Amino acid sequence: MRLQRLLPAAILAACAFALPPLFAAMGVAFLLTQLTMSAYYALASLGLCALMGYAGQISLGQAGFFAIGGYASAFLCTRDLGAAAAPSGLVRLLDSSGLLVRWTDPYGKALLTLAPALSGLCAVLLAVLVAALLGTPVLRLKGHYLAMATLGFGIVIEKVARGTKALGGADGISAVPGLAILPGLSVTGGRAARSANFTIAWIVLALGILVLTNLVRSRPGRALRALRDGEEAAAAMGVDTARYKLKVFVIAAAFAAIAGVLLTHYNGSIGPGEAASTRSVRYVAIVAVGGMDNLVGTLVSGLVLNFLSLRGVFGSFDDAVFGAILILVMLMSPEGKAARAFRSLLPKRKVAGR
Amino acid sequence: MSLLEVQGLSRSFGGLKAVDGVGFAAQAEKITAVIGPNGAGKSTLFNLISGSIAPDSGQVAFDGAEITGRQPHEIARLGVSRTFQGIKLAKGMTALENVMIGRHTRSRAGFLSAMLALPWSRSEERSIREEAMRAIELLGIAQYASRPAGSLPFGIQRSVELARALASEPRLLLLDEPASGLNVRETRVLSELILRIRGMGISVLVVEHDMSLVMGISDEVVVLNFGRKIAQGRPKEIQADPEVISIYLGEDDA
Repeated sequence: MRLQRLLPAAILAACAFALPPLFAAMGVAFLLTQLTMSAYYALASLGLCALMGYAGQISLGQAGFFAIGGYASAFLCTRDLGAAAAPSGLVRLLDSSGLLVRWTDPYGKALLTLAPALSGLCAVLLAVLVAALLGTPVLRLKGHYLAMATLGFGIVIEKVARGTKALGGADGISAVPGLAILPGLSVTGGRAARSANFTIAWIVLALGILVLTNLVRSRPGRALRALRDGEEAAAAMGVDTARYKLKVFVIAAAFAAIAGVLLTHYNGSIGPGEAASTRSVRYVAIVAVGGMDNLVGTLVSGLVLNFLSLRGVFGSFDDAVFGAILILVMLMSPEGKAARAFRSLLPKRKVAGR
Repeated sequence: MSLLEVQGLSRSFGGLKAVDGVGFAAQAEKITAVIGPNGAGKSTLFNLISGSIAPDSGQVAFDGAEITGRQPHEIARLGVSRTFQGIKLAKGMTALENVMIGRHTRSRAGFLSAMLALPWSRSEERSIREEAMRAIELLGIAQYASRPAGSLPFGIQRSVELARALASEPRLLLLDEPASGLNVRETRVLSELILRIRGMGISVLVVEHDMSLVMGISDEVVVLNFGRKIAQGRPKEIQADPEVISIYLGEDDA
């Protein structure tokens, strides 16, 4: 039981350290870049898996929270605070507390900005706050009403990002500096940091699946699954269903935001495409392929499908492939009405041993 | 003393007065039954007590504290547990997991302590499992513990639901038509079980259509018709009440 709980995280952690030297020896170290990015996208999918698969609350806005994380951190750590002739008291206080950094961007401009670790933290907190504010009203909705409300949220985030000059409009924000997690260890791009960043990403992913596995196998996790299968019965057993739904919604948003922050600092940039509803559909498709209430399945499908997509296997049909995957999974799912109608057309198979 | 007190409880749906000024008291450690023909307002009364729907007027008090219009989860926390007329189990979860939900109000691990798998929350989890297993054994369905609830026969699902309610160690157990869909033998087993539950010091309020069950085990019977209480008394008194006979028992014989 205990081993089973720790196994996926242990395998990820082992890969985090074993794959870089192995890939280097095989001469395919360049693959680590896409595997790093895949890990962050998989992290956002894991959060959605808890929300959608276990608690039964669909969200078509997961990319919105990913983008809030990425954009907020990118904005806060590239916004120059030193330009003012007389810096405000707050800026001086932050500076003397060591929370600001002086650096020169690739265009040679000297900047005084928030330290990326701090901007990342603020970004995740912002996403949590937005999720709490959004979730309180929309989680009263069920099924496709909830899906549409969260879809609307995702569209708002994408269009605001695209239309806001301070966020770089259609270009997004670039020249985002690395995020230092430990002295000498930063989430950042570039060849020199490639192996270390692969390790960081996969360790973060290992921690992510570990805490979510713990969650779904616990008292609150059981309550979430119970409310998914029937809110009235769960409430009658003492589960505060509104509160539980809000909490798991916030956790899912936090996972997306953490992924958004880390990937943005790794890539050194973020654009409005990260908030697109096609991205949200992609997260949903990954959870569906993984088996809905299956964290390990979501982890594997998230790593594999994103890796293939990033390697360009799907070519220009990238989003089309994920859309098609979603249709197929819905047809195959035991819950889908369409699936039942579809299967009734197929010849009946006898189940052995019954 | 009375554990549950209902006073002047009313609820209308559209123009229909489903429950109309109903008042009664359920005594502690007794079995109280609410009977009446179909459409008499039994289930509405039940849902008003458990908090699933709010009353238009009237009061419900549990153990001296008013609980009128409180949320179902709040009422559950006070020690009121229920079953449903149409079984409401989490079908994708095992029988044991369903019963473990019954321990929700008796445990406290939250999201953070669960995600971090803190030692106390893990030992709490073990005790949740043990207590749930005890309730499952009480119902004699241990061999089904690891089966998905949705795959179990109807009668077993009933037992799982009852085990879930019992796992919460309620002070008041609300049973909504527990005998519906059960055969004669299963109903007799259920009667014995309800008597055992009373013996455990749990008060029972049962809404039931099946006369054989109600008359055999109840300490007190409340009769509803068209949303109003028309009689209340011991089973013997109720069986002799001419009005009850004419509108309920007579109709049942027809």
